[in-house]
Amino acid sequence: MSTNKVIHALYNDDDVLMDAVKTVKEANHHIEEVFTPFPVHGLDKLLGLPHTRLAICAFLYGLTGLAFAIWMTNYMMIDNWPQDIGGKPSFSWIVNMPAFVPIMFELTVFFAAHLMVITFYMRSRLWPFKEAENPDPRTTDDIFLMEIPVHNNEEELTALLNTTNAVEIKVIEKH
Amino acid sequence: MYQFSSKLKISAIALMVVGLIGIIIGFASAPSTEAEVAEILAHQESHGTHGEAHATKEVAHHDAHAEVAHENHHEGVKHDAHTVDAHETEAHAEGHSDHHLAHVLHQLQNRPWAAFYVALFFFTFVTIVVFAFLNIQRVAQAGWSIVLFRVMEGISGFLPYVSVIFIVFLVITAFHGNHLFVWMADGTVDPTSANYDELIANKQAWLNTPRWLISGIIYLVGWNVFRYLNRKYSLLQDNAGDLVNYYKNYKIGVAFLAFFIFTESMSVWDWIMGLDPHWFSTLFGWYVLATALVSALTVIAMVTVYLKSKGYLEVVNNSHLHDLAKFMFGFSIFWSYLWFAQFMLIWYADMPEETVYFVQRFDDYKFLFLGMIPLNFILPVLMLVNSDFKRIPQIVLGVGTIILVGHYIDVFVMIMPGTVGDQWGFGITEIASILFFLGLFIYAVFTTISKAPLIAKGNPFLHESEHFHY
Repeated sequence: MSTNKVIHALYNDDDVLMDAVKTVKEANHHIEEVFTPFPVHGLDKLLGLPHTRLAICAFLYGLTGLAFAIWMTNYMMIDNWPQDIGGKPSFSWIVNMPAFVPIMFELTVFFAAHLMVITFYMRSRLWPFKEAENPDPRTTDDIFLMEIPVHNNEEELTALLNTTNAVEIKVIEKH
Repeated sequence: MYQFSSKLKISAIALMVVGLIGIIIGFASAPSTEAEVAEILAHQESHGTHGEAHATKEVAHHDAHAEVAHENHHEGVKHDAHTVDAHETEAHAEGHSDHHLAHVLHQLQNRPWAAFYVALFFFTFVTIVVFAFLNIQRVAQAGWSIVLFRVMEGISGFLPYVSVIFIVFLVITAFHGNHLFVWMADGTVDPTSANYDELIANKQAWLNTPRWLISGIIYLVGWNVFRYLNRKYSLLQDNAGDLVNYYKNYKIGVAFLAFFIFTESMSVWDWIMGLDPHWFSTLFGWYVLATALVSALTVIAMVTVYLKSKGYLEVVNNSHLHDLAKFMFGFSIFWSYLWFAQFMLIWYADMPEETVYFVQRFDDYKFLFLGMIPLNFILPVLMLVNSDFKRIPQIVLGVGTIILVGHYIDVFVMIMPGTVGDQWGFGITEIASILFFLGLFIYAVFTTISKAPLIAKGNPFLHESEHFHY
């Protein structure tokens, strides 16, 4: 039988969607994906999605930026060409450190912000010219869609979803 | 209703008594004659403490002239005046010694006063800024913090007590009870006097004792009037059928915040920057505000955690704690930003009349001055950057303790160099002053909290606050 069949259940309200997700979860069905036009608070918790680790990445990227700034200022201003510029002490990095703090701060923020954004793009597979993955264009406007894979239990699933105030239930062959 | 436990009450009174005894010992043991000072300096030399350079200079003036000059060189600006003296002919050595002894005598006599003043200023500013934060929450119509209003009002209840002590202190200072403010000394503005100081004379319009005393009393009385009205309408609102008192408190809050931002800045010029009358900095008012703000948030968080652990604040959940910890985190960074902005601008331009302020702190207070950075910036940032940590009471208490110690040191390093110079220490008077004000703080705060229900019932945002979840 069809192994790549999915059911699309469409809702027109986020509260109804949340209730539906709860019902389907309680019946021990796996929810493949949920499409919403805007962030629905608490949906990730309901779906049991693991916590994002982007903040940890950002912290590490920030440390990288800080280390880079320290190395760069030390190499340029102290090691490579320690000139006397307006009486600033260039004998060692630490004695001239206050002058480098603005650079250290900015590079920390720069690395943390940009690398985190790039990580986000890579992890969520977003890039220009990427083909959109909308199962239904209405999900970008006012429709919420829950996608559940079918494993020889089409009738049972349809019956269950019919109890959840879905506005539309479709069975779709995925390629 | 909160019950002020007798155990806590007795501890508070014990702290006050122990503190008071320590303060009295501190005042009693301050030297009163130059002979005593000479003895102390000789003692310091035999122990090789930071008084070494001084003592060497005084005792071994004849044969060790070269060595003295060398030491002075290292000491840099700190002993500017003395360096000049030491280079003068040896015949002058005796006269110089007397002048120096008088200088050190003043510093040592200042020490118990300054130790008391550090604690007094710290506790006063933390309390008034807790009240300012309460008014910010009112005026911003914050939805999360209503369940903490009675805690903040309770902490503000310390203000009348500390204000009375502060006003007494101001009066004693203005009538020459101590020598904390050098510009108040006789003859500083009199061109015929040996004590004449042209820089101070030029600032006479602001730096004169009557203006200083009257403004100080206006600041303190003004703050207390606002606190009294705020508390009154807050209690009236509890059983009111309408929102009249709520709107009154809103308007009082707006007026207070406008009044506070001016008086805060000016009081810091009067009470802290006036200790170094040759030096000035434009962002100093903000900087001291940041110190008090982060300490105030920490105190609110700690009192909240204490009351919650005793079962008095059921509706406060870990999201409220999370928000308080976020403020502690954010204001720690804000303090670091202002601290560094002030330091770096002066360090970068290195204009002698401004740099001398930091030179003195680097020479005599290096450990405390640099120790503030890990305590007030690095540790709070690393500990409170984690969202889960901000919800754990033990971590908030631990970081809060670090923050309070760090900011106490900050106030210490603001006040001590201008009053006791390199004769500072951390002994009985310093610790006793903290204990005395801590005891009084606990007594006043928990007495105030026990006088009203812990939830401000009449606030229209109360329901939202009870269900606040982040």
